[in-house]
Amino acid sequence: MSGSALSILGGRVIDPANQKDEITNVYVDEGEIVAFGDEPPEDFRADWKIDAKGHIVCPGLVDLSVRLREPGAEHKGTILSETRAAANNGITSLCCPPDTDPVIDTPAVAELLQHRAKKAGMAKVYPLAALTQNLAGQQLAEMGDLKEAGCIGVSNAFHTIENTEILRHAMEYAASCHLTLYVHAQDPWLGRDGCAHEGMVSTRLGLPGIPETAETIAVARYLLLIELTGVRTHFCRLSSARAVDMVRQAQKQGLPVTLDVAAHQLFLTDMDILDYNSQCHVMPPLRTQRDKEALRQALLDGTISTICSDHQPHEDDAKLRPFAMTSPGLSSLDTLLPLSLRLTEELNLDLNTVLNLLTYKPAQILEIDAGTLTVGQAADICIFNPDKEWCLEESNMHSARYNSPFIGWGFKGRVTYTLINGKVVYMRC
Amino acid sequence: MVIEKNVEILLASIANQIKQQYGAKTREQLFMIGIHTGGVWVAEQLHQMLELTSPLGKLNIAFYRDDFTRIGLHPHVQPSNLPIDINDRKIILVDDVLHTGRTVRAALNEIFDYGRPASIDLTVLVQRNGRELPIQPTFFGCALHLNKNEHVKLSGPDPLSLDVYNKKT
Amino acid sequence: MKNIQLDSQGRLKHFLSIEGLNRGLLVDILDTAASFVTISEKSSKKAPLLRGKTIVNLFFEPSTRTRTTFELAAKRLAADVLNINISTSATTKGETLIDMLHNIEAMHCDMFVVRHDQSGAAHFIASHTSPNISVINAGDGWHEHPTQAMLDMYTIRQYKGDFAKLRVAIVGDILHSRVARSQIHALTTLGASEVRVVAPKTLIPLGVESLGVHVFNQLEEGLRDVDVVIMLRLQKERMQSALLPSQHEYFQFYGLTESALEVAHPDAIVMHPGPINRGVEIDSHVADGKRSVILQQVSNGIAVRMAIMAMIAGRITDQKEMH
Repeated sequence: MSGSALSILGGRVIDPANQKDEITNVYVDEGEIVAFGDEPPEDFRADWKIDAKGHIVCPGLVDLSVRLREPGAEHKGTILSETRAAANNGITSLCCPPDTDPVIDTPAVAELLQHRAKKAGMAKVYPLAALTQNLAGQQLAEMGDLKEAGCIGVSNAFHTIENTEILRHAMEYAASCHLTLYVHAQDPWLGRDGCAHEGMVSTRLGLPGIPETAETIAVARYLLLIELTGVRTHFCRLSSARAVDMVRQAQKQGLPVTLDVAAHQLFLTDMDILDYNSQCHVMPPLRTQRDKEALRQALLDGTISTICSDHQPHEDDAKLRPFAMTSPGLSSLDTLLPLSLRLTEELNLDLNTVLNLLTYKPAQILEIDAGTLTVGQAADICIFNPDKEWCLEESNMHSARYNSPFIGWGFKGRVTYTLINGKVVYMRC
Repeated sequence: MVIEKNVEILLASIANQIKQQYGAKTREQLFMIGIHTGGVWVAEQLHQMLELTSPLGKLNIAFYRDDFTRIGLHPHVQPSNLPIDINDRKIILVDDVLHTGRTVRAALNEIFDYGRPASIDLTVLVQRNGRELPIQPTFFGCALHLNKNEHVKLSGPDPLSLDVYNKKT
Repeated sequence: MKNIQLDSQGRLKHFLSIEGLNRGLLVDILDTAASFVTISEKSSKKAPLLRGKTIVNLFFEPSTRTRTTFELAAKRLAADVLNINISTSATTKGETLIDMLHNIEAMHCDMFVVRHDQSGAAHFIASHTSPNISVINAGDGWHEHPTQAMLDMYTIRQYKGDFAKLRVAIVGDILHSRVARSQIHALTTLGASEVRVVAPKTLIPLGVESLGVHVFNQLEEGLRDVDVVIMLRLQKERMQSALLPSQHEYFQFYGLTESALEVAHPDAIVMHPGPINRGVEIDSHVADGKRSVILQQVSNGIAVRMAIMAMIAGRITDQKEMH
């Protein structure tokens, strides 16, 4: 484990970026992948051998949206606890939004985050910079400096910028810094006090609703501004069929837009809140069966190019209240891979396609060197047993927090080893 | 109306007891109350036989039972009806069978929620062994000693008959 | 929705919503209430079924009239009553709702009557208190106010008998009304011939037809030939949220006046859960008129609440004979 030369033997190596899918060995040394093949390279002496027979060996997963909660909300999670939880779940690179406290609008905060993550030695953290100072939607943040400090994109998180003029300028500036903009499409007024999809279920439950229009109006606004400013934009988790279709059309037109989906959106609908289950209180809200089907379809036709966890851990109190008073968000690092693997059966997808959505594709969006198994690159590797059946329980979740509606669900496929920079950081007992 | 011979005899005996205890003038002041359901049937007969002038009261002790949480509440409850003011009145409380005493306890509680009577004479057609509370009748038709599995019941209202059953466990 | 209202034998354990209860149970509540009405009208006024039990009125939203009727109902059943009025801000000061519940539970109570401004609060409390405590929903946010609906059904049955032939119109702020939702569930479960909601579009919730109602935006069409008119209170806040221009305009187009009532069935009754805003949703003449049964609703409220408490405290069975 502490020796630097390591061989992974007999696993099915799947690397969608290099179109590799074969049973072969992987040789790792000095933190990098040095070779593939049935025989080790010359002068290679393994200090450690991993028997990967019956396992899948793939690039460490790249999660496009994970909230570590530190700095600012350490009672919900810390950099150490959540990067470790990510690593234990096969996730070796993650992108963290700027809505920490303090906000990532100064290089100091960006550096602090990366420094602490490096020290923890677990999943690699790529922060997003704030688009405006303090996310307040007034002054532009120092995007150039923040990029130099390690930020790989910009976002105003959930704080919609109301002033269209300011938004336009912010987008132009981000474009000239060659930074991708990550947006949440939500109108600042429609459904402002809502907590559930406005429809039959919210009417029945007496919950204030968020109409689909709150999302589509915002998407329309962004698409027209993207046309105007040319900024590369990534839509974070749309929830309605209609909005997804608008992005599909924009992609066809050639606009530089990408879209992700959170794993839970592919499995849950507004029916899941019928007994006021606060574990299903999320933003954007769960919408109808029709919307869920549209998200699945968008995954199949490539409109959606990656699945992320949208990890938002919360302490128990935040969820133990009447529905509308609870905080939205799930603890989802523990279910990113398991739920995605379910899609191989439910959507008849092959493993390569699913793993591509979790490795190479998100790395391309984030523009980071990750998500592949390439000789000479960092050995960030996920080794999982695709046949292992298990059941999600609080006791086996790796995150510090357990706010998940999937507790009790049965899954097939579980991570056995995770390597980061050639070091085994997780081994399932 | 058909009244079986044994019941007729018991009723006649009770009526005599009451006549001996209370002269005609006092009987005019008596207020008779029957406990639903069997006690009302018996009271109706006695009321007629004694030619009482005040109307017959009917008590439904459903809301005063001590076993309510165990056996629950029936949705259709025939309400109690005490048509005259009971304060300072001499009351004849009538039931069919006196066994544990709990029905009478409930009836007494209910009567006292209406007011304060001068006195209450408990009158039963049959008293049997098995008392769980210190309650005894003033007037009664007969006393029975029954075995564990035996059970006495007044059926009615027409024909009015008294039978002893063997309760098969 | 997982039905936590019924115990393993299908008997009422909590009373949280009309939704989820079957027709037979609703009819049992009405029949039981009938026996309690007689009690209220006679001198004894008592049915000491809950002697020795403690009922806690847990009101997170202020309300004098609902709280007093529950208190009166509980006392007529000879229960001990504890009134706890909590402003919601007290819970945000640090003590969580869960902690507060545990503290009250330590006082060994049997029943909570809960009113809260959040939908789902009664359900939440019922799911998180100890198993021997029963919860009655006295109104949760916009969701349900089931005891109100039951007393309204009792009143309708009292004046109109069988539900099967009835056309009922509910007029007013349906969007924010927990009373309306409960009434809709009750009427559809009891088999009313037609249930209508009447309001401007801003006050009709999306997808309300899925609850089994017909939607009308014009008062005249909505009231045509109906047998029961239920008026809902209009809150002043609705003008501030840009849902309505003014009370004056609302009364003009949706206020129940004698002339508006002309299109209804000649024997139609007029109901209102109270408190009424004279001149806003209803004209004084109608509120005090001969078709109004508003005061009857109030007096039925105690008997209906007694029935629900009694049914929860002792489950309904066939009456056994005592020896």
